[in-house]
Amino acid sequence: MTGSLLNIRNLRIALNGADDQQVVKGLNLSIEPGQTMCLVGESGSGKSLSALATMGLLPSVLSPLAGSSILLKGEELLTANSTRLRDLRATGMSMIFQEPMTALNPVARVGQQIEEVLEFHTTLSQSDRRKRVIEMMEQVHLPDVDKMYGSFPHQLSGGQRQRIMIAMALVMRPQLLIADEPTTALDVTTQAQILSLIRELREQQGAAVLFITHDMGVVSEIADDVTVLKLGEVMETQDVDSLLRRPQTDYTRDLLRSVPSQVPRMARDGMSDKIVLGTDKLCKTYGGGGFINRTREVKAAQDVSIKLMKGRTLGIVGESGSGKSTVARCIIRLINPTSGSITVGGIDIATLSQKKLKPQRKNMQIVFQDPMRSLNPRIEVGQSVIEGPLNFGVPKDEAMARARELLELVGLPASAVDRFPHQFSGGQRQRIAIARALAMDPDVLVADEAVSALDVSVQAQVLDLLAELQERLGLGILFITHDLGVAAQICDEVIVMQNGRVVEYGPAGQVLGAPQQDYTKTLIAAAPGRHWDFANFRPFSENPEKTVLIKD
Amino acid sequence: MTDQMTSIPPAERVTALSRVREIVTSSPLVFIAAVILAIIVLSALFAPWVVPHDPVRLTPSVRLKSPSETYWLGTDAFGRDLFSRIIYGGRISLVVGAAAAVFAVVLGLTLGLLAGYIRWIDAVLMRMVDGLMAIPSILLAIAIVSLWGASLWTVLVAITIPEVPRVVRLVRSLVLSAREEPYVEAAIAAGSSTFLIMRRHLVPNTVAPLIIQGTYICASAILTEAILSFLGAGINPETPSWGNIMAEGRIYFQINPGIVLWPGLVVSVAILSINLLGDAVRDALDPRMAKRGIER
Repeated sequence: MTGSLLNIRNLRIALNGADDQQVVKGLNLSIEPGQTMCLVGESGSGKSLSALATMGLLPSVLSPLAGSSILLKGEELLTANSTRLRDLRATGMSMIFQEPMTALNPVARVGQQIEEVLEFHTTLSQSDRRKRVIEMMEQVHLPDVDKMYGSFPHQLSGGQRQRIMIAMALVMRPQLLIADEPTTALDVTTQAQILSLIRELREQQGAAVLFITHDMGVVSEIADDVTVLKLGEVMETQDVDSLLRRPQTDYTRDLLRSVPSQVPRMARDGMSDKIVLGTDKLCKTYGGGGFINRTREVKAAQDVSIKLMKGRTLGIVGESGSGKSTVARCIIRLINPTSGSITVGGIDIATLSQKKLKPQRKNMQIVFQDPMRSLNPRIEVGQSVIEGPLNFGVPKDEAMARARELLELVGLPASAVDRFPHQFSGGQRQRIAIARALAMDPDVLVADEAVSALDVSVQAQVLDLLAELQERLGLGILFITHDLGVAAQICDEVIVMQNGRVVEYGPAGQVLGAPQQDYTKTLIAAAPGRHWDFANFRPFSENPEKTVLIKD
Repeated sequence: MTDQMTSIPPAERVTALSRVREIVTSSPLVFIAAVILAIIVLSALFAPWVVPHDPVRLTPSVRLKSPSETYWLGTDAFGRDLFSRIIYGGRISLVVGAAAAVFAVVLGLTLGLLAGYIRWIDAVLMRMVDGLMAIPSILLAIAIVSLWGASLWTVLVAITIPEVPRVVRLVRSLVLSAREEPYVEAAIAAGSSTFLIMRRHLVPNTVAPLIIQGTYICASAILTEAILSFLGAGINPETPSWGNIMAEGRIYFQINPGIVLWPGLVVSVAILSINLLGDAVRDALDPRMAKRGIER
């Protein structure tokens, strides 16, 4: 393996250089020219740190320990001086990041940002540089490049910004491209485009790609080889087909089993037909109005009519800006709908005053996406859980006893009531948020991307918890997600939304299994890893009992 | 793979005392500032036992003396002991500083919460605040004192009011970002009243920045009080305050410059110490600053 482009040997990274505080514990990795290596792991696995170490961008509290080695074309990077590293970072290797909005300078034109790279590393004249930049922008398939050259980052869409980042990374034709979760912040259709762009450029330029991701679906789409990391340790390295078919370690097997399957759950029979939540022609319009400071009218939700039965789960799926969260927030009355009705427990709450609304709030509760922000960091968990019941006159002792029960119900020890939120992991906090919602004994639970910020294994556990609670308490769950796999796993019925409108609405098996609308078909076709049945370690096409959802 | 459901770290409690110790010992400079401030505060507090002479007794026979064994820093134009007057003067200056900080923070917090959370109040209140900020604070203070006559209370009001707008703006911006937090929305969904949401979820978010702002207000109030006294718009000239002593000494500067320089030095040192402590508190409460500290 001496001819490898990138050769990482026994990379150990530790906090403050202390031997017992290693965050990466002996990573070995080599990438050949033209190869894509995926580094897969959950949060805290050290996958991003390994990439940063390669680029020489580790935060100063972290340092590689003696004996570590990273060779790029035979040249040691860990001992290279900063001038040499800066040179290599454009010409030898380059990196793209997860969030293209923060990785680009918001006050500089995007064309100039790409050109800057050439300015530092070449002696080309200004007109030549501009030509190179325009060429590169065409290569990443940006439309109308002459005009886009002078645009600012905020004027572009997320996908376009990521294309700019890629153009910037590849303009010096480096042999190694490091991509750190480059599609995680993007919509699924945009993600599919960016993945195919990376594949195409790798072939054109013959560059090697070190691709960091947590998403097995993405891995199955783009990887040649895969290295699985867990808490800084390498679990296994295999080519992608072997890894997905014959994982060698329990960890990888568990990871694959946790990936939500794209196959919709079986229809459940004999369910209640009592409607716990309904909306009729719900609309929400932002802006407009105002005589002096008239703003552009944005119709965030239009004529959304839904019905949620007791004990069933209704999913709303869509890309960002589709209006799915707007609908959720209207239903909880965090924002006031512009028109239409919302019926909870037989009462139209769409236009109730805050005072009249208060008694109705008991019936509907919400769980948010970000577990770090959904609990007040300054008050104990128990206080958060009993806040709602206290508002409705439940005595404090009684409420606290119930909080202990609920925490146990969601799989946490009752003693958690005295702890502060920062003492819990993301998954644990999401369980607390669920307990807080349940403390009100609601009929309806709105889960707004409630598992999107969690690692895939934790996500599976929280989904199981929701399903179990639904079974026990007869909750109606309105489940909002961008992830079709998650929707397929948990929803009885699915609504597909686009630009504020309902595109398709029906039983999950029908909408996700045999979609009628083009948009739904596009969404499903773009979902990464849809050909793989991860849980059974084989592609769907080799499984006679289940049919492939959509053929290319 | 596990969610570590049962392994929860024990509740951690950081006592206020250990926190204070941590801040004070964060750098030698901060430690010195804390010691100096402690000396100034304690000597002002126990002034009757510390001073060698009565600060207001006139002794015409020893007018404008240079420093000596009896009069450590010399005497003023009426033969009063300068050292004793500076110690007593600290009482007024420190009370004004501390009280102005507390009043400005309490008033600013209340108004800022209302402005940040209730839309129609925001529109009205913030325009008033803008108007107030457009007037130079010293001019405003002089106007208030001349309107109501000089006394400790009017001076306090005159110093506090110009400080309030800055606190209001600070609190409002903190509330505007905190109210978007999901945990505030969860509280709304749980039927909590506006008052409860402010008290439990919004006010705690403003505490750290307000402590810091408070120290700066305290320092600037001590300075403003000195300026007001110096300009003759301060409290009763008979009562020693750092500004008063300097104002009286102004005309005798060429005979005994110490009358102006010594209180001036004490004011500077006190303000410098308070600001240094304010910076240390900010560093201790802001995790980003703390992180930078490690990297240094």
